[in-house]
Amino acid sequence: MSEKNAVQEKDLFVSGHRACHGCGQALAVRHILKATGRDVIVITPTGCLETFTLTYGYSSWRVPFMHHLFENGPSVATGVVAALKAQHRDHIRVLVIGGDGSTFDIGFGALSGMLERGDDVLYICMDNGAYMNTGGQRSGATPIYAGTTTHPVGKKSIGKPQLKKDMPAIVAAHGAPYVATASVAYLKDLRRKVEQAMTYQGPRYIQIDAPCPSVWGFPSDRTLEIGRLGVQSGLVPVFEMVDGRITGVRKIRTRVPPREYLSAQRRFKHLLEGNRAAREGFEKICAMADSNIEKYGLMD
Amino acid sequence: MGDNGKTERVLEGSEAVALAIKACRPGVISTYPISPQTHIVEALARMVVNGELESEYVRVESEFSAASVLAGASAAGSRSYTASTSQGLLLMTEVIYASAGMRLPFVITGVNRAVSAPISIQPDHQDAMSLRDSGIIQIYVESSQEAYDTHIAAFKIAEDPRIALPVMVCMDGWILTHSYERVRLVEQEEVDRFLPPFKPIHFLDVNDPKSWGPIADEDLYMEFRYAIHDAMQMGKKRIKEIFSEWADISGRDHGGLIEAYRTKDAEIVLIAMGSVAGTAKDAVDHLRTGGKKVGLIKIRCYRPFPYEDILKAIQDAKVVAVMEASFSMGSEGAIGLDLKAKLYGRSKTPVVIDMIAGLGGRVITRGTIYKIVEQVEKACESGAVPFEPYWMDLKPEVLP
Repeated sequence: MSEKNAVQEKDLFVSGHRACHGCGQALAVRHILKATGRDVIVITPTGCLETFTLTYGYSSWRVPFMHHLFENGPSVATGVVAALKAQHRDHIRVLVIGGDGSTFDIGFGALSGMLERGDDVLYICMDNGAYMNTGGQRSGATPIYAGTTTHPVGKKSIGKPQLKKDMPAIVAAHGAPYVATASVAYLKDLRRKVEQAMTYQGPRYIQIDAPCPSVWGFPSDRTLEIGRLGVQSGLVPVFEMVDGRITGVRKIRTRVPPREYLSAQRRFKHLLEGNRAAREGFEKICAMADSNIEKYGLMD
Repeated sequence: MGDNGKTERVLEGSEAVALAIKACRPGVISTYPISPQTHIVEALARMVVNGELESEYVRVESEFSAASVLAGASAAGSRSYTASTSQGLLLMTEVIYASAGMRLPFVITGVNRAVSAPISIQPDHQDAMSLRDSGIIQIYVESSQEAYDTHIAAFKIAEDPRIALPVMVCMDGWILTHSYERVRLVEQEEVDRFLPPFKPIHFLDVNDPKSWGPIADEDLYMEFRYAIHDAMQMGKKRIKEIFSEWADISGRDHGGLIEAYRTKDAEIVLIAMGSVAGTAKDAVDHLRTGGKKVGLIKIRCYRPFPYEDILKAIQDAKVVAVMEASFSMGSEGAIGLDLKAKLYGRSKTPVVIDMIAGLGGRVITRGTIYKIVEQVEKACESGAVPFEPYWMDLKPEVLP
């Protein structure tokens, strides 16, 4: 076997990193790179992924990898794409893997610019619904009524009062040809979507639900199970959009009551414990699950 | 000394810069408009769409992204360029720090303009000074001709593997960018010989994958930061060589890290940066005719700070008046701070007096410079070194 083939045999994302027990991201990244192959350059904005995969002298990446800052993953990627074009190396594809903080919030302007320009970048958002790298503060991706460290539950609060930004719709509204959501609980689907995304030119977006045991508050051996509950309850719709239109959804076979998903996590537990506001919050979340099922056609 | 500046044209300063950039054949140019930088990127856009310049021209949504595109492009192995000014440079600050830390050798034109608030689009040096500690090399120019020449040298400095740092060529907004001047251009073949294509030692390469931008905490962080300083200090020699190689090609020698103008027997030495140096030279000539032993140091390279050259040029001076177009609030002007720090503890040092002049574009005429010299003479006669800097032409009547 030639050396080149030997490398291809191996994973492009290797173990030995410093992710928390039960982190879904490392698993997802290994499968993402299986789907892209080795002719990619990965850019990662500051976030969990960068900090647990790259300590000086130790890297988990067998593809060229660059972290620069928190806000600029998309623009660094634009620069890489431009350079590849200038050097006639444009068979190499560019991938950004950011967290929800850099995607939904601090790097949102840069992402919007990249989408509007139509740069040939696959942007993957690892969505764990808060700023996990700093200990679980609210982000624009935090679901409504989740308790976070900067919007804790208390006498006057049942958690974050705002809805999660609908990023896939926002990205699609920019005219991105391919937009999808996925979950670490369904890796085959995730791989297929990355493969699919790689067949398009221009800006593409995949948002991956990646449960975080540390901050969501569940045992680290239940990551995939929690991910599945999210999808099966209708709270985490998994779908695919081509040219702004939904072309495929992951159907719910056996519907799980939202209570099962919520009660399994510390961040939502307060909703099941009694007072009126909490009860109303819980009802609202249940209604959201219904509305997702209807909106995306998640059940036959 | 050759004279390859055969083509002589009357050009707007911005156009001269654009022609220099074109001659450097950058692979990637990223742009976000901000006055008075706009004419540079507009001129480059015209060159690209007319097929005169083969370059990826990226229109971004902010200066933060403009600099970030350079970081990505540079890491991927392309020669990269942008221009900015004022708030735009401030918005780039975080990117510049990180890019210097990652040793990404792109070139920026820092069109000098005052920063908010209040909003002023007039020139001073506060914007570039705010990047003072970031690790970007800063070179200030006096004229459009010097801007043209320095930009070409800047890429060679940035890309030298012993230096490998971003370089900012600083030119005063409006005074240089928007005024017309006779500029001599160098033939493309000469530029190509001087500045061969960018060949980075490390770049984002799928055949030899490497990782960039790691965490390095207390066990290694200091060494990374020291390495930047070391590259700057060691690079001074190389920067001078590059300037002089270019002087051989172009026939124009603007000086090394500094230009010492009539400082040899000078008792009073003025220090200035940027376009005001021209006015100051004129004033020095006039004062010399009147019998005053006055000279000027024009600082060309501000970072790395060329204290060795400055100290040599002021060794016989009694007093040094530093003209500052920026101010460190709650302290004093940045150049004065640098210079005094290096003079401290040495024997037979001249008195250094800080002169804040020209903030927000307040006009500096020869008259202003005569007043500065008068002020300095007065201070010397009284024997008291002023503790606070002088704010030249300040209007105390409008202060609260």
